[in-house]
Amino acid sequence: MPISAFLTDASVCIGCKACEVACKEWNHIPDDGFEWSGQSYDNTHALGAATWRHVLFLEEKQPMGPQLAGIDEPFRWQFLSDVCKHCENAGCLEACPTGAIVRTEVGSVYVQPDVCNGCGYCVVSCPFGVVDKSHEVGTAFKCTFCYDRQRDGLMPACAKACPTQSIRFGELEELRQQAQARVKELQDRGYIDAQVYDPTQSSVGGTHAIFVILGESEAYNFPPAPEVPTIHMKSAWSAALVSALVVVLVVFLAFAL
Amino acid sequence: MAADPRITEDGLDALREKAARTGKVQDHGIVPVGGPFPKPTSGVSYHGNPVLKPPTWTWQVPLYFFVGGVAGISAVIALVAHLFGTAGLMRAGLWIGFLGALISAPLLIADLGRPSRFLNMLRVFKLRSAMSVGAWTLSGFSTAVGLAVVCHELILAGSGNDFLLVLEWVAEICAALSGLILASYTSVLLGVTAIPVWSENRKLVPVVFLAGGLGSAAAVLELLGFLVPVTQFIGIVASTVETLVAIIIELRGRYVDRPLREGAVGWLTRAGAALAGPASLLLRLFSGHSSVARYLAAVCFVIGALISRYAWIGAGRVSSRDPQALFRIQRPEP
Repeated sequence: MPISAFLTDASVCIGCKACEVACKEWNHIPDDGFEWSGQSYDNTHALGAATWRHVLFLEEKQPMGPQLAGIDEPFRWQFLSDVCKHCENAGCLEACPTGAIVRTEVGSVYVQPDVCNGCGYCVVSCPFGVVDKSHEVGTAFKCTFCYDRQRDGLMPACAKACPTQSIRFGELEELRQQAQARVKELQDRGYIDAQVYDPTQSSVGGTHAIFVILGESEAYNFPPAPEVPTIHMKSAWSAALVSALVVVLVVFLAFAL
Repeated sequence: MAADPRITEDGLDALREKAARTGKVQDHGIVPVGGPFPKPTSGVSYHGNPVLKPPTWTWQVPLYFFVGGVAGISAVIALVAHLFGTAGLMRAGLWIGFLGALISAPLLIADLGRPSRFLNMLRVFKLRSAMSVGAWTLSGFSTAVGLAVVCHELILAGSGNDFLLVLEWVAEICAALSGLILASYTSVLLGVTAIPVWSENRKLVPVVFLAGGLGSAAAVLELLGFLVPVTQFIGIVASTVETLVAIIIELRGRYVDRPLREGAVGWLTRAGAALAGPASLLLRLFSGHSSVARYLAAVCFVIGALISRYAWIGAGRVSSRDPQALFRIQRPEP
């Protein structure tokens, strides 16, 4: 099967949350609370065990390209549907001690619900803060990339439901080119801070969910340089080894002196 | 109809402030006049929300970190005591290791919610996952230290033979080696994560956890009555290391270490460090031959080391909530 991906484009998202609803319906995800967050129209805060698509509502004191805000100070209101990044080198997959988290033939990262034992190590190993442990079920959940739909030749529910093609689904390299082309088009039209978010230069090695955003990645809570935690494996174990040798030496000295 | 005092611009501003402070507003019946008027976000993050997820571990996990550390290092002390022919310390060390292993497994399993889920840990062995290494290490350590205790007690009971003597040595060496991994892997487990305060201290946490395990193992032996020079020496070294680590954390003054210095968790960290570090050290150095002071020093160290484990997990929880801790590492200010 071809390596598939999402391309989510903030510049055409209208914040309708159809992706969130379609995701919940198809995957039978429980509710994620009914509380007002006080954060614009976003009442789900972040991705989590019961939120696999999350629409962000950004309010910034910046002009939106050549558009006029209609108020005195510069202002823009942006939307973007966040999702699991399905990293090329995934922190959750590396950390999983049970082998529950696997790489599928379409290149996505999948949590096998019957194998996960709820140890919670993937939760602290995800550099994007995506995967979380469900307190009702006791095991880890995140976007499945609609693996079941993809196996039957269907596109993921969120991409299917998106009314503006803000969420595009397709072959990874093809979408990477489309993303670059879209950014160039936006810049030509005056949206000079348009950029692609696809951390190919970091140890994450690129993702299977790429984004077209306006402005700095931090405003979307996207880490500017995400790293897969296992790059620190060597230095952490080295420090542990040196400390352990010192412990043995101290115990020997304690008896010898 | 009397106007709801909240449905004014000032009232809404107060609600927004409350929302920014507490993360959510749970008042019922809030009718936003004209919808929530868009307000610019503060700073460079998404509404100041956390980027990362906090650790989901329950209270059993830090306790397991502590017990596993004591058990693992006790097996090391037992082996060295055997080499030096100190029978009493050896037997006590083995038993502490064995009982520690017996307590450790239920603590670790309790965190999973359903006991049978622990078996899933043993379907694969992954060197790249510290959690997998730890699950296998605990299983190996429990087996080795259990075997060593059985051999030792059989020999003491007079049914020793050459085979048992050799088996005892093999079991003890395996227990000591896996004990060192058991006492140290938990620090690697924290260091190799996305949580800023853990990841940025990946070289310091092993020192803290091993010093804590070493000092606590000696302290437990002291509390069992072994007020010998061996435990005094180990206690002084461990307390000195604890003191130095605390000084390093305070003096370095890094932004990422703020959870270790500020707020409730910061004071918890300091309390743990003060008990295991200076308090225990001074009691050992300036108490002469008072056995009461030795017991007190041991109690101080054990409580300090235990508090320290909770403080490190708590610091991770605080650190995961601060998006700036993460952003500052990844995009250092010029």
